[in-house]
Amino acid sequence: MASSNAYAQRDPMLKKRDDFEDILEERRNSSDLRYALKCYTPALYKGVAPCKSSMLKSMVLQSDQLHYVIQQVSKETGRQTDNVQEEVSAILDEMAHSLQLSTVRFFAFTLSKIFKSLFKSIRVNEEGIQRLQQAIQDHPVVLLPSHRSYMDFLLMSYLLYTYDLTLPVIAAGMDFMGMKFVGEMFRMSGAFFIRRSFGGNKLYWAVFSEYVKTMLKNGFAPVEFFLEGTRSRTSKSLIPKLGLLNIVMDPFLKGEVFDVHVVPVSISYERILEETLYARELLGIPKPKESTSGLFKARKVLSEDYGSIHVYFGQPVSVRSLAEGRVNRCQFNLVPRHIPGRPDEDIHSFVNDSAYKLVRAQEDNMVLKPWVLLASLLLQKQAVGQEQGTALDELTAQAVWLRDLSRQYGAFLHWPDQMTPSEVVSSSLSLHRGLVRTCEGKVQLALEHEGGAVGPQSAAALEEKLLSQAVIVLSCASYRNQALHVFLRPALLASAIHAASSNQKQEVFNSFSFLRNMFSNEFILCPGATVQDFEEACYLLVKTGTLQVTQKEVLVNERGHRTLAFLVSMLDPFLQGYQVVCRFLCEEATETLTEKQFIPAIRKFIIKHLLAGRLRYAEVLSSDLQKNSLAAFLRLGAVEKIKGPIELLIVFHT
Amino acid sequence: MASNSSGSGSQGRAPQRLRIIAGHLQRPVDVDATVSAAECKAQGGEADVASDGKSVPKRRQEIMKWNGWGYSDTKFLFNKKGQAEFTGKRYKLSGMIIPALKEWMEGTFGTNMQHKSLATPALTRTAVQPPTLNEAFVEELKSTGVPFSHDAEDRVFRAHGHCLHEIFALREGKVGRVPDLVVWPNCHNDVVKIVELACKHNVCLIPYGGGTSVSSALECPQEETRSIVSVDTSQMNRILWIDEKNLTAHMEAGIVGQDLERLLNESGYCTGHEPDSMEFSSLGGWVATRASGMKKNIYGNIEDLVIHVKMVTPQGVVEKSCQGPRMSTGPDIHHFIMGSEGTLGVVTEVTMKIRPMPEYQKYGSVVFPNFEQGVACLREVARQRCAPASIRLMDNEQFKFGHALKPQVSSMFTSFLEGLKKFYITKFKGFDPDCLCVATLLFEGNREKVLQHEKQVYDIAAKFGGLAAGEDNGQRGYMLTFVIAYLRDLGMDYYVIGESFETSVPWDRVLDICRNVKARIIRECKDKGVQFQPFSTCRVTQTYDAGACVYFYFAFNYRGLSDPVHMFEEVEHAAREEILANGGSLSHHHGAGQCCAAWAEVMESGRVERCGTSYSADTTMC
Repeated sequence: MASSNAYAQRDPMLKKRDDFEDILEERRNSSDLRYALKCYTPALYKGVAPCKSSMLKSMVLQSDQLHYVIQQVSKETGRQTDNVQEEVSAILDEMAHSLQLSTVRFFAFTLSKIFKSLFKSIRVNEEGIQRLQQAIQDHPVVLLPSHRSYMDFLLMSYLLYTYDLTLPVIAAGMDFMGMKFVGEMFRMSGAFFIRRSFGGNKLYWAVFSEYVKTMLKNGFAPVEFFLEGTRSRTSKSLIPKLGLLNIVMDPFLKGEVFDVHVVPVSISYERILEETLYARELLGIPKPKESTSGLFKARKVLSEDYGSIHVYFGQPVSVRSLAEGRVNRCQFNLVPRHIPGRPDEDIHSFVNDSAYKLVRAQEDNMVLKPWVLLASLLLQKQAVGQEQGTALDELTAQAVWLRDLSRQYGAFLHWPDQMTPSEVVSSSLSLHRGLVRTCEGKVQLALEHEGGAVGPQSAAALEEKLLSQAVIVLSCASYRNQALHVFLRPALLASAIHAASSNQKQEVFNSFSFLRNMFSNEFILCPGATVQDFEEACYLLVKTGTLQVTQKEVLVNERGHRTLAFLVSMLDPFLQGYQVVCRFLCEEATETLTEKQFIPAIRKFIIKHLLAGRLRYAEVLSSDLQKNSLAAFLRLGAVEKIKGPIELLIVFHT
Repeated sequence: MASNSSGSGSQGRAPQRLRIIAGHLQRPVDVDATVSAAECKAQGGEADVASDGKSVPKRRQEIMKWNGWGYSDTKFLFNKKGQAEFTGKRYKLSGMIIPALKEWMEGTFGTNMQHKSLATPALTRTAVQPPTLNEAFVEELKSTGVPFSHDAEDRVFRAHGHCLHEIFALREGKVGRVPDLVVWPNCHNDVVKIVELACKHNVCLIPYGGGTSVSSALECPQEETRSIVSVDTSQMNRILWIDEKNLTAHMEAGIVGQDLERLLNESGYCTGHEPDSMEFSSLGGWVATRASGMKKNIYGNIEDLVIHVKMVTPQGVVEKSCQGPRMSTGPDIHHFIMGSEGTLGVVTEVTMKIRPMPEYQKYGSVVFPNFEQGVACLREVARQRCAPASIRLMDNEQFKFGHALKPQVSSMFTSFLEGLKKFYITKFKGFDPDCLCVATLLFEGNREKVLQHEKQVYDIAAKFGGLAAGEDNGQRGYMLTFVIAYLRDLGMDYYVIGESFETSVPWDRVLDICRNVKARIIRECKDKGVQFQPFSTCRVTQTYDAGACVYFYFAFNYRGLSDPVHMFEEVEHAAREEILANGGSLSHHHGAGQCCAAWAEVMESGRVERCGTSYSADTTMC
């Protein structure tokens, strides 16, 4: 196969990944107080002097960019420039961080206590830390952690403090500010706050982008934000948001800095703190507003065991290298750089591609725990209706099989080799005992199975039971989803083979391409990389002996059926989800369906079908999946959104 | 060829007149360094100035190096004591010991005095391809009486400029395609005849002026099968007339800068056009490459100085019919002559503006705590339009380089003063020696105005934290540009290769382009396996209303690299790419030549404007 070389580097045997060190170990053996008061002297970017937040503010206020926009706004609205200037100052005060070492030390102390009680270990790749340290000294740095938990940004700052690195300034959503005291605490530990939406507000955008750029250009501190925009409730990586990435790439593209280094960071939790919270949210039980008292109530989580965390600091990515041969920087030569302008189409597509690359880098370095594999297996079994559960040793054997398969696909699997497989399985099961039940040597998901003899139940009670089962299923699915990126491309191919009408390679490719296109709102699939993805999938499936791919045909090997079946089942819930949304739109959507009504309506529709036993996967209740499928249908032109006083969804019956 | 009609080159008077070059080149006459008039070339009547007072003989090999820069008797070397020394008697620095140079080279490039990479001592004639002569052309040429030669040395001399790859090849004794014949026209009509014959017999012409091109413009196309003839204009070197009423002078295009200034000085005038290459570059080359002179702030660039040009093209002679100072009938034919780099014709005669010689000249320098402040100061000077004749800002690396070139000081007192100055700046004023940078200044005019002007500029500098740092430092800064080309030859003896290139860029981009281009060079060298970090430095050399000209030097130790020249060119290419990406032009004054041929596409795509430059005009004209 011609493609075999191109993907050879994905071979796990060749892919050297760094080792991890547990940072909690030292915390357990020495004084937290001394740690919190330790001498903290991070090496700075090219020896710049640390910048007080007040100085930063005045630099922003005096920038040419802001002057220009202030003049412009004042001209357009007829307001006095002083008046606009005041508004700018107010926005800046609302936004700006005010990092204080004392607050950081306070967090260092409390977080040490909290982390030690919650987690067995926090493992970090120290080589990554060293690379980061070098990068911070040489270039402005942007940290891009994955976002699965509120914990993420506290954890990041905690780690950087531990390793004596410059503390990042973090873009945080405004909703945190609502938490009175805590919001200010976060601000003093380096968070700056941005409004969730400010689409049309030119002034806000100008202040915000100038603020970020000033910090970055001068290299005062690494800028940290979440490429995914928000916490992923499903543990799948979210389609990246481009706004902030655009801003941090801009100084490089306009030649204001030599380079910017972007560091993807993958944070994997063995057990996510917000596990059931997310599931409830996806099922439409509204999320509690962030509040200090809410946080206080959440303290009961402190008494549980959340396993370990792995944090992998990826290879710093040079924006300069990304742009090499992609972007013609001369395009910025003809307009003064302080005049804001919309990025061209080619800049947009460059930033978009880079964002996908970076999210994939996050995915690639995400450490997978054995439980992720077990969750995948158990979900598949539950779906085919194995009511009595699976024998423990059978599950163990399957997990070992899946372990080997996923490693061949390049998964970054943390499977403790010093333990026997059955020990590994049982310790995983016990950590997640809220989700799975073992009885009489049989393992199954912890769904409430009342004996059938209770007699007829009211519809409401049935619905409630269904939802509570769905909470468990969705929680489990969020663990399975952690491994999705490993299996995604082979699974798309497997489903394509399944769906294609013949073995013809072209036929299979077309079907692959269709599926890939349809799912591109659901999974991280780099735009325009259909052929590479197809070749990668072929390569992996050929390598593992599942397929034979000739010039013309794609043939399934005898021993490949098991793998293929597993892969197809991996995507099946999603396929069914899209199908049911489709059916809903065809059957139930009326002329007056608005976007707001869509989720409640489809939820009702799905519950009806689930209760009637016409649907196999409770997962399709996930509002994430429903939104994604609607977005996909909109993109594909099957549905149209009509702007008006109320947004209507029009379905084309094609 | 005897060609001594106009400029009565009496050597007796020359010493008094040679102010310009003297300012940069002369030996120290006095520690008080306002440019006192002293001779440059003619001291002691060396053989360098031909009997007619012209500096360039037909046989250039008599006084110039065949595989390096400048005069044969002048070069840097390490003497028996291991100290750097500048030989000869031509320059102010000549005959002096430069004690700090060795350490600077070792520290900057990691060179080792034991590891030498010496040049082939002499040209092997057999390495030169026998000429492809067009017999019919040669026959007719003979009948015109224009002297010519197909001697190997003559041809090799006219086959190259001073690009790194050209000199590197010569040092290795490698000679590529060279012209098949060299002709020395003596006047405009000779050129007309030559061009006519070339058209008639299908022969290629490459105009040759001073041979200082740094854009590969003189390189003969390898694939050219026709006979190539080099038209050496060096003997067309007369000033034909001086018009004192209109302050213009009419010259033949082959006259080199130093002769032009010296001869005009004898009549009390100057053109004020002083490109760094003015010792060797010719008037025709300046016109053909849109040259820029150091003192353009007072006198203007070549396009501002030229009143009238005569150019011989295959279609006939192109010239304007009057000498009016400005015309509204366009397009202006000067616009296609200037910057044509010899591709459209041979420039034969030029009328230029002249000015009375300045009464007074004064050097100066200002030290800034960092480069950013320095650039801000230059920008302010440009904004107030009060730039002195020349103002240049060197970055920290170049400042240190300049220091390494300080000649040995004889008196204890001077060295004590130096120490005190250094102490004052670094300790008392708190300037970081690894950040500070220096601006060099040259004021010109009448004494009173110069002093007034000087105060104005120093006042502006003070607002940006600048401290006046004396005339010496200023003068040494300008000297550097005249000896740097000699230094490159020294470097090449010790595995160091280097080059310079320049650009022009809007003010708001100056800092960014300096930082990014220097960083790009360092990164490219690192990626390509250069062991020792390269020397990568820049200076802002000219200011304009809307921007500045930035000059970059880069050099590195190539020991252990298999194909240094190729690697070097890749780095240079990357650096130019970086310049364009940062809003700079391809060239401020060197011209495009063939070096930048790779950019032809970019230029056509309409984004990049082609700019012209400094020297000898060339490229095939058929």
